[in-house]
Amino acid sequence: MSYKAKFRVWRGEGGEGRLEDFTVEVNDGEVVLDIIHRLQATQAPDLAVRWNCKAGKCGSCSMEINGKPRLGCMTRMSTFAEDETITVTPMRAFPVIKDLVTDVSFNYQKAREIPSFTPPSDVKPGEYRMQQIDVERSQEFRKCIECFMCNNVCHVIRDHEENKPAFAGPRFLMRIAELDMHPYDVADRKDAAQEEHGLGYCNITKCCTEVCPEHIKITDNALIPMKERVVDRRYDPLVWLGNKIFRRSDAKR
Amino acid sequence: MEIERHEYDVVVIGAGGAGLRAAIEARQQGKRTAIICKSLFGKAHTVMAEGGAAAAMGNVNSDDNWMVHFRDTMRGGKFLNNWRMAELHAKEAPDRVWELEAWGALFDRTKDGKISQRNFGGHEYPRLAHVGDRTGLEMIRTLQQRVVALQQEDERRHGDAEAYIKVFAECTVTRLLKDGDAVSGAFGYWRENGRFVLFDAPAVVLATGGIGKSYVVTSNSWEYTGDGHALALLAGAKLINMEFIQFHPTGMVWPPSVRGILVTESVRGDGGVLKNSEGRRFMFDYIPEVFKDKYATTEEEADRWYTDQAGNRRPPELLPRDEVARAINSEVKAGRGSPQGGVFLDVSSRLPAAEITRRLPSMYHQFKELADVDITKEPMQVGPTCHYIMGGVEVDADTGAASVPGLFAAGEVSGGMHGSNRLGGNSLSDLLVFGRRAGAGAAAYVDGLRARPKVAEDAVEAAKAEALAPLERSGENPYVVHQELQRTMNELVGIIRRSEEITEALEAVGKLKERAEHVGATGSRIYNPGWHLSLDLRNMLLVSECVAKAALLREESRGGHTRDDFPGMSPEWRRRLLSCALGPDGSVTVEEEVQPSMRGDLIRLFERDELKKYMTDEELADFDALVKE
Ligand SMILES: Cc1cc2nc3c(=O)[nH]c(=O)nc-3n(C[C@H](O)[C@H](O)[C@H](O)COP(=O)(O)OP(=O)(O)OC[C@H]3O[C@@H](n4cnc5c(N)ncnc54)[C@H](O)[C@@H]3O)c2cc1C
Ligand code: SF4
Ligand code: SF4
Ligand code: FES
Repeated sequence: MSYKAKFRVWRGEGGEGRLEDFTVEVNDGEVVLDIIHRLQATQAPDLAVRWNCKAGKCGSCSMEINGKPRLGCMTRMSTFAEDETITVTPMRAFPVIKDLVTDVSFNYQKAREIPSFTPPSDVKPGEYRMQQIDVERSQEFRKCIECFMCNNVCHVIRDHEENKPAFAGPRFLMRIAELDMHPYDVADRKDAAQEEHGLGYCNITKCCTEVCPEHIKITDNALIPMKERVVDRRYDPLVWLGNKIFRRSDAKR
Repeated sequence: MEIERHEYDVVVIGAGGAGLRAAIEARQQGKRTAIICKSLFGKAHTVMAEGGAAAAMGNVNSDDNWMVHFRDTMRGGKFLNNWRMAELHAKEAPDRVWELEAWGALFDRTKDGKISQRNFGGHEYPRLAHVGDRTGLEMIRTLQQRVVALQQEDERRHGDAEAYIKVFAECTVTRLLKDGDAVSGAFGYWRENGRFVLFDAPAVVLATGGIGKSYVVTSNSWEYTGDGHALALLAGAKLINMEFIQFHPTGMVWPPSVRGILVTESVRGDGGVLKNSEGRRFMFDYIPEVFKDKYATTEEEADRWYTDQAGNRRPPELLPRDEVARAINSEVKAGRGSPQGGVFLDVSSRLPAAEITRRLPSMYHQFKELADVDITKEPMQVGPTCHYIMGGVEVDADTGAASVPGLFAAGEVSGGMHGSNRLGGNSLSDLLVFGRRAGAGAAAYVDGLRARPKVAEDAVEAAKAEALAPLERSGENPYVVHQELQRTMNELVGIIRRSEEITEALEAVGKLKERAEHVGATGSRIYNPGWHLSLDLRNMLLVSECVAKAALLREESRGGHTRDDFPGMSPEWRRRLLSCALGPDGSVTVEEEVQPSMRGDLIRLFERDELKKYMTDEELADFDALVKE
């Protein structure tokens, strides 16, 4: 039931670091975060990692496991072979503070750049009437637990620091779509999405959708429809292409 | 090294529902407000809440109103609640929920487009506003986005987004500072680099949540080390009702690493049933006397209730949590448990698979990914888990003010509202109602001050020395001390308690307190969990001492306090509240306080037949006199 696993964990602070090897006990049913905790309790008390809920609900424990962005608390050890060396590193798109903890302030900065929900001035609290079907689109995006893994994998910024000022990343482009689809939001968000938040940088590779632990269809349901809404006013060749790709794969199902 | 210093009007410690709502209120009243939290912004414990927020909006059943909600809350708390808080809560919860909607929240809807409401244990009507089973996430995100909206407004107006409301994330407060009797600020450290930070402020709102990390099996996260409870004690405030801890009946039991993680009550609210190893719906055997006429006695009636609530009584699976948790405990003890040491919770035979994944998406996900169990095909195995503390800082109901001038508290860290047992869904609404009130209370207090209290430099030096101590000594591993404390509390002051065991726990906690003073942390001050835990131990130990001491004194069983040696509920004890304070030698003292009698118009909301189950003859005589008038 219990075995010894080989772990390589990124350790370091202040811009420097290296992978450190550990041999550590693993028990039935455990997840990667449990193993990191065991390392803390037994071998490396100052090993830094973020976590809160341990149930995939808070989006704190994002890390890269064997190079793939994952939630440490939702990655079961049983998905690895017992003799496999498991490499755990911090998210790559953000500067490392220490060990597995990165500086994610970029995301909070972007959140503040998106204009907030803007209801009509004459609707009072308690008077909102919306049909389930009309809220469902935005509700999907509000499942987001802000793990920031989509922003972490998006190639527009993953290895391109220089694009960060002009690109909100999938998480916050999706936030624009969420507000745009909110039945009571009256702000015009289309031009800003394109001009200020960099929607045009997205070339719908869907890497963001693939890593989303909440299985939100970021690209298909938020980014592409948002591009379409923008294109009502502009011509964007990618949307045209994206539409074709989307429809074709849709038809196959 | 120079300490980083900030000056604010109001400092809110905690960025969960209560803290954010308090901060929003203080800022809306023009106060310069700081929000301090241990985790990143938007990750507080509130994010984990699943089922919903209780508010008598009457959207699903128009018979619901604040009086029904008030009655349910008092019943759930076994009449030990601070009735003024229960009243304010029931009256104001709908406005607080509607306000969230105006800030962008998207709750699930009824057919006529209103906010949908679901059934939950102890609530007479469908009352919980919800979004699937991720209501806490919706709430925290909405409040977080409201803070951002206010910052955008300040940016436009003052050219500085953080001029009036600023979030200090991953920053831990370790001491409150005082000038004479009154609060003058807070001292803490940045997790990121270990540097110290001082907040100079005349008003501090505690909104730090609960204490579950003193137990092994808990639904709570690492943040729940009872910091606010301990900070209040150390600052001279009182904690009440600390013996009352809610063990949620349904935590996961397998695999061991997820033991304690919550299985939302919505599973039962939406039709899930509890069964023992013999396949029996055992909750029918555990309906207590006081609830006999409110719950169904046959499976047929219970099942009819889901579609016809007017003509049938509720299924006993929806009894208040303390009853269900004790029942599960008894079934397991009697050898009728499930293979992994819990009981079965089955929704697969009750709802179509598609309906289950629609209504309970995160439960489906959680079991699938963590336990390899498909809840649309097979039952879950569940057992009690330490979930919520009813006890906390004693506050004035209307303003959230503690006995220390300038100190306020709201949310799980405050005490009184829920009496001896909290109803599901009553916490999220509590956070909004009393978060707002505490923010307003703090703002009004600041307005009324003649002079700003000063921070005493020697107290800052002392706080600094205290925080640095674990790094400067080589001592025992703090994780070992923590694990021993968790085992002690779990085994000796858990769901069922008896005098000898509590006494044993107190001795153990005393010894652990000494050991905690000698733990050592290796490594640097940069994001060092071992160091952080060394500092948290002080708080967990103080809180555990409160829980155990109060539990030993209360010689009755009520709500979240079950004494094997005093199994009955005593009307005499209902009038007595236990209040903890810190003695001069650093140990906890407990005193009895008298629970004030309920206001006439409120007590008349109940039938005499019901009151007589809870009240003394003397109180009943007063009631009779009142009714005659
Ligand atoms: C799994 C789960 C499900 C739940 N479901 C429901 C539900 O459906 N309905 C319901 O009504 N209730 C529910 N509850 C209960 C409810 O979620 C909590 O009681 C409530 O969220 C507590 O909110 P709070 O604002 O008091 O504190 P929290 O949201 O816990 O926030 C505490 C804040 O204080 C900060 N903090 C703590 N100590 C310090 C310190 N020393 N320095 C600085 N900051 C500090 C933390 O960082 C955090 O930001 C649930 C609880 C759990 C665990
Ligand atoms: S689909 Fe767009 S946003 Fe998502 S990863 Fe690809 S480029 Fe980035
Ligand atoms: S959209 Fe998905 S991947 Fe991106 S932050 Fe939200 S939960 Fe994470
Ligand atoms: S700890 Fe919350 S998502 Fe992993």
